[in-house]
Amino acid sequence: MHFDAFDRYHEKESFLHKLDPRVKVLVTVIFIVSNALLPDGAWLAFILAWLFVVVANVISKLGIGFTLKRSIIALPFALIAITVLFSIPGEPLYTFNFLSSQLTITDNGLLRFVSILIRSWLSVQMAILLVAVTRFPDLIHALEHLRVPAILTTIIAFLYRYLFVMTDEVFRLIRARESRSGGVAGRRSGGGVLWRAKIAGNMVGQLFLRSFERSDRIYNAMVARGYAGHLYTLNAHEMKSYDYFATAFAIGLIFILQVIGRL
Amino acid sequence: MLLSPAPLHIPDGFLSIVVSIICWVITIVTLYFAISKTNQALGEKQIPLMGVMAAFIFAAQMINFPVAGGTSGHLLGGALAAIVLGPWAGMLVMTAVIALQALLFQDGGLVVMGANILNMGLITAAIGYGLYRSVSSQSKAVKLGVAGFAAWLSVMAGALFTALQLWLSGTSQLNIVIPAMMGVHALIGVGEALITVAALSFIMQTRPDLLGEGSESAKGSRNWIYAGGIISLFVVLISPFASGDPDGLERVAIDMGFIDAGQDAPYSIIPDYTLPFLGETALSTILAGIVGIVVVAVIMVLVGRGLKAKS
Amino acid sequence: MPVTHIQNTFTQPETSNDVLSVNDLHFSYPDGHAALHGVSLKLCSGDKVALVGPNGAGKSTLMLHLNGILNGKGEVEISGKRLTRDNLPAIRAMVGLVFQNPDDQLFSPTVFEDVAFGPLHMGLTEDEVRARVDNALEAVKMTAYKDRLSHHLSVGEKKRIAIATVLSMNPSLLVLDEPSAGLDPRARRTLINLLRELPITMLVSTHDMALVKELFPRTIVMDEGKVVADGLTQDILADEAFLNQHGLEKP
Repeated sequence: MHFDAFDRYHEKESFLHKLDPRVKVLVTVIFIVSNALLPDGAWLAFILAWLFVVVANVISKLGIGFTLKRSIIALPFALIAITVLFSIPGEPLYTFNFLSSQLTITDNGLLRFVSILIRSWLSVQMAILLVAVTRFPDLIHALEHLRVPAILTTIIAFLYRYLFVMTDEVFRLIRARESRSGGVAGRRSGGGVLWRAKIAGNMVGQLFLRSFERSDRIYNAMVARGYAGHLYTLNAHEMKSYDYFATAFAIGLIFILQVIGRL
Repeated sequence: MLLSPAPLHIPDGFLSIVVSIICWVITIVTLYFAISKTNQALGEKQIPLMGVMAAFIFAAQMINFPVAGGTSGHLLGGALAAIVLGPWAGMLVMTAVIALQALLFQDGGLVVMGANILNMGLITAAIGYGLYRSVSSQSKAVKLGVAGFAAWLSVMAGALFTALQLWLSGTSQLNIVIPAMMGVHALIGVGEALITVAALSFIMQTRPDLLGEGSESAKGSRNWIYAGGIISLFVVLISPFASGDPDGLERVAIDMGFIDAGQDAPYSIIPDYTLPFLGETALSTILAGIVGIVVVAVIMVLVGRGLKAKS
Repeated sequence: MPVTHIQNTFTQPETSNDVLSVNDLHFSYPDGHAALHGVSLKLCSGDKVALVGPNGAGKSTLMLHLNGILNGKGEVEISGKRLTRDNLPAIRAMVGLVFQNPDDQLFSPTVFEDVAFGPLHMGLTEDEVRARVDNALEAVKMTAYKDRLSHHLSVGEKKRIAIATVLSMNPSLLVLDEPSAGLDPRARRTLINLLRELPITMLVSTHDMALVKELFPRTIVMDEGKVVADGLTQDILADEAFLNQHGLEKP
């Protein structure tokens, strides 16, 4: 069994796909930092930042609305920011009754709320694009080159490799649970919450032991091929001239965005 | 989303840059220690072990169980990881999981990743391990009880820190976000506690050697008891204060310059602002619950230590 | 492909002809369970030998001794080199051990990284490593898979890449654990053809008696930690009573 849901890379022949992964990681992070730095209500800058995303989409050949379609995932979190609508003083815009209390949306509150959503929405699109045009192993190499400690990148590499194997195991466990939890008509099936939690906990324990044993076998396979405590990797990504130009160009654009946002 | 066990994965855009950076600094310093400690103690086997364990935590987060009304219990795993792998390795494993979720699935942002690692990976591990370690030589029942409480409290701590960061960023109103986050996570934490206890009890039965003497779990320094205890205490003290007297906390933050630094669009906070629909009663109920459980836990730990001192 | 044998036997000491020589090997697990009771066997250059026996016979334990993952009492020599702590790295480069589950063998995100792991840890230069990877993938006819992600491979493909991960170390002995387990008929056939063509000494542990009959002229039978038979495959397979006694079946 194989879960396509975990594959975020979209194979295409585009300039963005070809760029060095370091460049893509750096530009993505700088773009997101820039969003966080833009003041509330910097509408022109927001629009330009959005254009930046759209153009990146087009260059990637994934389609102009590629990241737009996938960008709703951060929306539920917006709930947490909803209070700023009412809490920031300003001109009242709209007053309504909610659970016997009167709430007033202010213009400043609305401004802040919308700004937070836009920042988040732009940022998440860039992050989506990053993994759509970069193979995850290359992303790990980029982190290595960017001085993320080897122990962390190694753990992430193992995690990525065994994510698929483990989730297969989880689904087998869940299927086994479901196939054994048939219900009798007219009767509530399954035990209480405690009992169900215990089953889930047993599955977690089971999975832990299997993982533990697997790590032993992997260790043997590594030792058999010469591993002696130190890991060597070979991930020569070479920065080409166009990589440098692209970085400079993107950073320049983002800088201009910041200037416009502060005018 | 399937992969998100609790609404603790903050997306980019919700934290101000200052708060993001402060969290990154704390996270990086902690990880620096975690890495150097792990490198010192590193058996050759640790690398594949931590890698596979990260995949285990990731996969275990997908195992859910129906609670009621369409909601389901999940595992976050920070406490469990720290208890079975030792605190430093547990932190590294959780960091890898959170980083991959953010990078690959955009489950949590990139620039705010420092905060997410801090909330879900570091604090949870410190509390989980610290409290568990304090009773590590007690009977199985005591260990499981404390582990369950630690798992619950670790989720509460994650929620509290998330709420505080949102508030410092000017994204949420303190007197709403704290009770809301803590209230929701008081329930989610119960799922965490139940699964953690059941999983640990399963491991204790089938492979007692993995948690017994000489295991990574037993090797952690006793200082963790204090670290975990202090963070727990912070959670326990600050939550009632923040919910009951948010203005007080805000005054402290303003006095210390946090608010102005944290919120890039500074605005004055309405004094005495209250939302009646949350009401004093709802707050006090939550508070009473927290205080009650905390008292029980403190007693348990003290009794545990007393018993140990005797033997 | 014909197998090349070493020609000048008389100018060298007798042992150098043996790619593998195991002498009176004993081993008990830490829990006290004795897995090997005095195992002795020899493989000549070019030998392709099947290792059969019921589960728990000690086959896997024996294999883990061949490049020093386990250390029992007794002697293990690879091409005349005694296995000791000091020459462990050299021995590990000479013995290519392929484990049963390819998901344990392939632990890197990409095929390239996995096949390069062995040569990299032998301390070869980048150019050498890349050349080794290309050769190994060509040997298992998987050149086009170099940049693939491991989790995208089918079981049969994983098995072949797993073999490439040790071929890249240019081993003088290939040790395979259950290579045909879990394969569908077509993947199994591809694997059999591959094993037949590989010009390398191999010891293959398997329950697949049809594979034994088809591919291996010589068979070693293990049971309860001992070698109970070592001879021509056709002779061993002909003795049905003996096979039954050791939990095996005639194909």
